[in-house]
This record gives sequence, C-alpha cells and structure tokens, in this order.
Amino acid sequence: MSADATGPALSLRRISKNFGAVAALTDVDLEVTPGQVVAVVGDNGAGKSTLVKVLAGVHRADAGTIAFGDREVTIGGPADAHALGVATVFQDLALCENLDVVENLFLGRELRRGRLDEVTMELRSWELLRQLSARIPSVRVPVAALSGGQRQTVAIARSLLGDPRIVVLDEPTAALGVAQTAEVLNLIERLRDRGLGVIMISHNLADVRAVADRVAVLRLGRNNGFFDTAEVSDEDIVAAIIGAADNVVTRRANRERDAGDE
Amino acid sequence: MSDQGTAGATPPLDLLDERLRRGEGPRAALAAILDRIRGGDLGALPIVLGLLVIWTVFQSLNSAFLSSANLVNLLVESVPVGVIALGVVCVLLVGQIDLSVGSVSGLSAAITAVTFVDAGWPMPLALAAAIGTGAAIGWVYAMMVTRLGVPSFVATLAGLLSFLGVQLYLLGRTGAINLPYDSGLVRFAQLAFVPAWLSYVLVLLAAGWLFLTGRSLAAARRRAGLSARSTRLLVARSLAVLAGLGFAAWYLNEARGIGWMFVCFVGLVLATHYALTRTSWGRTLFAVGGNAEAARRAGINVRRTYTTAFVLCSSLAALGGLLAASRLAAANQATGAGDVNLNAIAAAVIGGTSLFGGRGGAFSALLGILVIQSISNGLTLLDLDSSFRFIVTGLVLALAVALDSAARRSRTAHGWA
Repeated sequence: MSADATGPALSLRRISKNFGAVAALTDVDLEVTPGQVVAVVGDNGAGKSTLVKVLAGVHRADAGTIAFGDREVTIGGPADAHALGVATVFQDLALCENLDVVENLFLGRELRRGRLDEVTMELRSWELLRQLSARIPSVRVPVAALSGGQRQTVAIARSLLGDPRIVVLDEPTAALGVAQTAEVLNLIERLRDRGLGVIMISHNLADVRAVADRVAVLRLGRNNGFFDTAEVSDEDIVAAIIGAADNVVTRRANRERDAGDE
Repeated sequence: MSDQGTAGATPPLDLLDERLRRGEGPRAALAAILDRIRGGDLGALPIVLGLLVIWTVFQSLNSAFLSSANLVNLLVESVPVGVIALGVVCVLLVGQIDLSVGSVSGLSAAITAVTFVDAGWPMPLALAAAIGTGAAIGWVYAMMVTRLGVPSFVATLAGLLSFLGVQLYLLGRTGAINLPYDSGLVRFAQLAFVPAWLSYVLVLLAAGWLFLTGRSLAAARRRAGLSARSTRLLVARSLAVLAGLGFAAWYLNEARGIGWMFVCFVGLVLATHYALTRTSWGRTLFAVGGNAEAARRAGINVRRTYTTAFVLCSSLAALGGLLAASRLAAANQATGAGDVNLNAIAAAVIGGTSLFGGRGGAFSALLGILVIQSISNGLTLLDLDSSFRFIVTGLVLALAVALDSAARRSRTAHGWA
C-alpha cells in the first residue's frame, strides 16, 4: 500500500534546540521508515516532548537537518508539518474545549460546500470514531464535557484526518484505561500496516514492547542508544534511559531477585 | 412522509450510544433544555427574562413606555451603539477587548462631517474615508497586540484617549459640525421607515426562510443517517416566529413603523451570525478564543484571526459613529463620548458573549442593546437625568458579568464547557 516502503521516510540529523542556557536537545538523530513504529523513550526532561514539538513545527530546531527521503525539508510552522504529512498528537492534546468534537476534528481544515458542510463533517466524524472503536456518546458536545480518554481518542482521530505519512504520538496511552490503551495500540499497528511511519513517545515499556519495532533512547537531550525491540531486554532499555547499568533501578531489581531466590 | 425519518428499527447514527438519555417528543426536548439551563448553558434566557422585568417596571412607572411611538423610537435609537456592540462581539470572541470603540465612532463621525460638509467631498467618498479610518485603526491595534505583544486592554485604552484627541482637533474650536438635513444620510437615519406592507412581506420571508433552511438541513441529516428535527417542530418554530414578528410589526406600524436603519442593523446581525457559524473564518474566531495555542497547532493563522477581529470591530465602530451622527444630524464633541463605550461592551456581554473568549454570537449584540436602550429610554421618560442612567447601566453590566462568571463555573462543573 505504501508508495515507498524501502527508503527512509523521515530522518532527523544532529537536531539541537536550546531554551536560553538549557540545551534541551543536542545532536539528536532519529529515523523512521514507512511501516515502522519507532518508540522514543527517556526520563523526565530527556527532551522527548521538545523533539515532538520540533517535528510538529511548534519549535524550530536551532541546528540540524530534517529530510524526507533524500529531500531536505524545513518545518517552520505547524502548517509546514501538515503539508509534509507529519501529524502530531500532543501530550496536552491541543483541543479547543469550547468547540464540539466535530469542530475540533476538522479544525483548520473544515469541509466546505460554499459554507461549512456540517452534515458531511459529522458523518465522517462518526465513521472515523467508529474505525477507532471510540466510545463517545455524542459528537455535538463540547470537548470540555469528555473524559480524558475520550479526549485522547478525539486527538488521535484528528491526526488521521489529513492522510498523514508520519504520525507522532506524545504519550498516547498515558491517560487511558485498559481497554482504550489496547485500542490505541491496535490502532498504532493498523497505522503501521497501512504503511505509515509512527513515532511514539512513551514511558510505558510494556506498550513500547507491544508495538514498537525500534526503540530510541534519549537521555538529557542526547541520543543514548537505538535498539531493535525484538532483541533488547527491558533492563538494557532502562539502563540506557537512566544512564548506567548500576543505578537505583537495577540495584532494586537485583535486591528483589535475591530476595526471591531465598 | 414520516416525521421521524429513519427512526424505527435502527436509531440514527448519532444516537446509538446506550448511555445517551434521549427520548422522543416535545417532553424530552423540554427536559433537555432544562438540563442545559441547570448546567449553566443559559442561552438567551436571562436576557429575555431581564427584558420582561425591565419593560414591566418601566410600563408600570410610565404608561407611555410600551406605546408604539416610543418603541419605534427605542428601536431606531438602539442602532448606532448596537452596530458598535456587534464589532465588540467579534473582539470578545477571540478573547481580546477593544475599549476605544466609543472614541473611534466619534472620530468617524468627525471625519464624515469634516470631509462631507467642510471639504465638500461626495457622500460615498466621505463614508469610505470614515470607515477606512476605522479599519486602519483596527489594523494598528492588531499589529500592536500580535507583533509587539501589547495587551489589547492597554493598546485600546491608549487609542481611546488618542482618537478622542483627534476627534476634538478635527471638530475645531466650535466643537460641532452640522450635517445638512436634506443629505441622504440624515434622511436615512431620521425619516426612512419601512412601508407597512413591506414589513409584513419581510416577516413572511423570515419565517419562510427559517422553515426552508431548517427543512433542507433536516433532510440532509436524514439522508446521511443522522438524527434530525421533525417537520412538525420546524413548522411550529416558524409559526412562532411568524406570530411574534408579525405582532411586533403590526404594533410598530400603529405608529411610524420600523426604521430602515433598524432593518439594516438586523440584516448586519444576520450576516455576522452567518459568518460566525457557517464559515471557517467564524470557526477560527471561536477556536482562537477557546484555546489560541491549540488553534495555532491546528494550522490556523492566529495573528490573521486577531487582525480580522480587530479590523472588523473598529470598522463597525466607525459605522456606528456615522449612524449616530446621521441620527443627530451633527457630529460634535459628545459623539461617541460618555457612556457609548461602556454601553457597547455592556450590550455584548449582557447579550451573552463571554468576556473570557470563545463563547457568544451575533445576536447578543441585538438582545444586549435592546436591554441597554430600554433602560436608557425608560429613565429618560421618567425625567431622570444621566446620573441615574449611568448608575443603572453600571449595575446591569456588573450583574451580567457576574452571571457570565457564575454560568462559566457551572458549565465547567456540568461539563458543558
């Protein structure tokens, strides 16, 4: 289904971003090919969300290049990201709470037939939400009336409307219940099967293991290892996240294993 | 033809969720409305109740208040500030404010008078100069807010003083320029009334149009498998509008009738309503007012949205000032001064447009100005001077804002946004 299943779809090279004296990202590389799920993991403050915002055009990278295939591109603003086919679901979801579900889904790309075509938009909203097995009672209530999980679903649904090539998900399962988490993971696999590239930020190693093909670890704004999910252990990922094999997490794990051996 | 459309074996697509508490028929519709009101989504209810109270009180104090002649006057008098309030609605929707609408309207009146009377420009050119100046002022505000990051509160407060100064300078030492009574502008504002037969035709058109658009929307929704209003409900709504407007037209026609200026104002409100609810421009205003950062990330040009809102507001303020001067047949130092500023903002807020952005609509300008003008008119009839008018209008504004804040809290608690 994908047009270009071999070449690299999106590659970031030596991306740096500073906020004043703080180097949020330093020389970060990342690559995602069509039909691949790349998980980006890292501790708090590792630069994951900054990376997302660079991809979405919210922040401009201070240095480094972004390329689609062989073509170098610039993402100067959210509109550029849209045009390139990079759709982003932010951690704070970026929904307008005073607007209803349909209005949020089609915000910035309303369907028109002279005036706004509310009927078609509502119909397509229901179709989309049904594809995602979303449980939203009414699409004509303001988003403020929805639960956190329902809002997450709306945000993900919105990212899919523009037929993106790359979907960036910033902690998509953080606010979800068990069934909804499973739905989102299914959804991510469906995106991959459709030939989209997926970049998923997550804290949850179980989710990462469930769907990701590759894991990129960030630590203090720098790359700290790339792994194939099939070949890496959780301990190795944790070690890369925290920065050493001997740390508070491994010591605790060892202690518990020792206690269990007795 | 079934009124319920696809209802029957399979419910409409949007009513499938088993958690929805929705029944059929008028009782369920009424229950849904009561639910929304309890949740703080008050709609036009407080303002309709407020109008009833105000009219009852003034009628009991002075039996001339609800006479045809007085109401004819009240409606025409309400137009200039009503037009200004319509602009204020747009700025409030994006979560900004324009405190200088009074000064801008006064400046526009002065420009019209100076160019048309003193300089002898043709009328269309003078009007274009006045409204163009308004648009330019709005653009300057927008640049200050979006490029320099000046809060709109401060930018427009500075404008309030500056443009009042320009107005006084233009009017010169005498402080007033009379517009000739035989000019088209003055005749339009003072003497142009809709013929009785035409007023009934307009009422019929309004009710018929409401029914036809409602029916075509319902048909489109049914075709798409969505729930739709029943034809019975649409007929009832149109008949109610027909009866209400028809009665109002008949009552006003007992005196001079409905001023063309008021009809044009209503037309402007309808056009703005359409733009706000049926175009993507209108949608961006609500989105930016609700969450500017989310709107920006959705690819909306937030700066341009702010700019259109400010330009529209100042242009409408200029138009309002023009109409005020035409009504008075003069531009003087008092045009746009005094309580015009606050009345315009109060009308928008009283009408239901939130000061916090993202909620409201064009009709709040119409409803709000009716309240303000009723109070002002009633107090004038009672021979009370402007001191009382200021006090009462101030109190009503405070009440409206308090209601807005309380309703907002309640909406958050009940999940209506």
